[in-house]
Amino acid sequence: MNKDKQNEAKMIKIKIDGKEVSVPEGTTIMEASEKIGIQIPRLCYHPDLSLQGSCRVCIVEVKGFDFYMTSCSTKVWEGMEIKTNSPEIRQARRDIVELLLDNHPQDCQTCERDGNCELQNLSYSLGVRERLFSGERKHFSEDKKSKSVVRVPEKCILCGRCVRVCAEVQGVYNLSQHGRGFYTQVMPAHASAMDESVCIQCGQCIMVCPVAAFVEQSHTERVWNALADSKKHVVIQTAPSIRAAIGEGFGMEPGTPATGKMVTATRLLGFDGIFDTNFGADLTIVEEATEFVRRMQRKERLPLLTSCSPGWINFLEKFYPEMIPYASTCRSPMSMTSVLLKTYYAEKIKKDPKDIFVVAVMPCVAKKFEADRDEHKMPDGTPYTDAVLTTRELIWMIKCYGIDLRDLPDSDFDDPLGESSGAADIFGTTGGVMEAALRMACEVLTGLPPEKMEFTDVRAVEGLRETEVVFGKYKVNVAVSNGLTNAKTILNRIIKGEKQYHIVEIMACPGGCIGGGGQPYPPKGYHFLDPELLAKRAQALYTIDSSKKVRSSNHNPSIKQIYKEFLGAPGSERAHQFLHTHYHPRLPRGIR
Amino acid sequence: MCAHQNTQQATDNWKEVKEFAKKALPEHIITFIEECKKEEHPESKLIKVLQLVQEHFGYLATTQMDAVAQLLQVPMAKVSGVATFYHFFRLVPRGKYLIRVCLGTACYVKGAERVVDKLKEELGIQFGETTKDGLFSLEGTRCLGCCGLAPVVEINEEIFGQVTPDKIPAILEHFSEKETEKQ
Repeated sequence: MNKDKQNEAKMIKIKIDGKEVSVPEGTTIMEASEKIGIQIPRLCYHPDLSLQGSCRVCIVEVKGFDFYMTSCSTKVWEGMEIKTNSPEIRQARRDIVELLLDNHPQDCQTCERDGNCELQNLSYSLGVRERLFSGERKHFSEDKKSKSVVRVPEKCILCGRCVRVCAEVQGVYNLSQHGRGFYTQVMPAHASAMDESVCIQCGQCIMVCPVAAFVEQSHTERVWNALADSKKHVVIQTAPSIRAAIGEGFGMEPGTPATGKMVTATRLLGFDGIFDTNFGADLTIVEEATEFVRRMQRKERLPLLTSCSPGWINFLEKFYPEMIPYASTCRSPMSMTSVLLKTYYAEKIKKDPKDIFVVAVMPCVAKKFEADRDEHKMPDGTPYTDAVLTTRELIWMIKCYGIDLRDLPDSDFDDPLGESSGAADIFGTTGGVMEAALRMACEVLTGLPPEKMEFTDVRAVEGLRETEVVFGKYKVNVAVSNGLTNAKTILNRIIKGEKQYHIVEIMACPGGCIGGGGQPYPPKGYHFLDPELLAKRAQALYTIDSSKKVRSSNHNPSIKQIYKEFLGAPGSERAHQFLHTHYHPRLPRGIR
Repeated sequence: MCAHQNTQQATDNWKEVKEFAKKALPEHIITFIEECKKEEHPESKLIKVLQLVQEHFGYLATTQMDAVAQLLQVPMAKVSGVATFYHFFRLVPRGKYLIRVCLGTACYVKGAERVVDKLKEELGIQFGETTKDGLFSLEGTRCLGCCGLAPVVEINEEIFGQVTPDKIPAILEHFSEKETEKQ
């Protein structure tokens, strides 16, 4: 009884723009206004990050006070009277944004974020129609050294969202505001390049940035050039999560699967072969599940940590190097597919691997870094993956070509690296790799496929899941996480000996690849890290999975064929030679 | 350490990182950090630790800042963010003699700017810089609290009052000579 009373928050009556509203104690002005349908303009605020209250855009008037209050950080009190839209408030907000604009390059037309820039949208909706101020502008140089993330400090408006996402969601804390006042700059420690810092290249800073202060290292020019080169045989592979998000770039409702249209579009762009990273995903599962079952039966090097997410691998090498021996040695699905394209496929079509140009479309910017790693290069030093496009980059290329995805008919991937099981599709969302591995592991351990293909308990939509799965005499302790702060929790539990897991899936980005740093910026009505948006994208993948005939990686006929023709047995020496890799500790070591 | 360990390979670099960090700092600072770590929220002592480092070395070098980050377990970006935010912290080596010219109102009115110009000319450096021989650093400062002596120049702990540009060469020579005598 008492407890119930405590849980029941006290209701507080306030007036917003003359309308009476009753909200629970502890509600902020911003939240209260949303209840009656007023979205107060905002910039530095993000619902899933800590409050900073630095941009002052969300100010409101409160009766009895001669200064404006930030609605994001002010909690309501009994009898509070708020004006969200007086002429003075509108003027003050406009002034604030104008001052931000004054210290911001006037290059909207040539900017990466033109059309989906929060500052641009805000200027419009607040009514900035002329530039009244013109003062000194800051001039900082770009950091283009990174393989994945480009930092453009000149565009930065110091909202601090990247600093918070890096620290709070990813637990990396690579960014911080340096210096003070006019000369403040967001950057890694000692102004070092992103590549020389503890950055794990996940690209969440790109996603959360309201402007273009962080963007991906672009590979589109490389791809256009390869496509124009008649001597090159240009092939493309698309990651599982691309099909769930690419439609958003063309105004399709989030969560609409667009596999067939995407294939048609890439064929129109002129690619000579269109393959599916899903094939690599199936292969990864066959190898990884084999590795897992072997370790499980021998009770050695457990838990097995999955290794598909390159952001997570970077994190492992910089933050938890002592856990490297536990990581699966499997290459990621992208790298497996690329390796086979330049070996198995090259042999099949009788081409010199040097004349094959492999483009991978990834939801991820860390993949650009992965593709450049020495471990993923051919003996002659050329990479297996020649270019990595993010979902955003592919959307742009399709648009640039004058194609509207919505108008296209469906078509199929090419053979032999185009066929996949439903297990591969769900790789793109949290728990997907685990679910796929469990489907096969169950069959290997018990001799029978699982009664139910769906393992909904491992879908860590809230970021972290732990569960036990029973396969006959085997009890498998499972942990799944996304967002590296959650990975820290799991890894610390393992290190302290608090928990004994058998298999752990870690994905760097919130929600898994569907929330990757290379995915489209959220469409209108959604925000970055929006659970609704992530759920829709995930649902697209689950829909594809359930519609497939083959739902377990080991039953994919093309996979069986490639082992027979080329790789030998799963986990064999030859399979290791082509499909496995290794990791090593890297400096600077991160603080965990 | 881990639940099932039998093929653990040596991939943990913490020992080396820690040794490297310890080598970068003097004994008393390491002891201080270790004391901090026994209490709750050791990260709240970051500024104090940085002050100790600056006291010892005269400035904060990246090696020392990284060492502090590792030993105190505070993110590197936070350490360098704090170090660049506060006016007190210096990121470049300081000369043996720190020349601080008072730019308070009284000194300014009495011609501090001309004194600054002369110092810059004689030393060949700007504010915040150090001479090549590592002898002098130049800084402007807020009121030093002895306006009666304006314009005032402070060199290390020594105060020089009613300084005019023509007195500068002699003052500088006084310190240079001290050094040559020592040698």
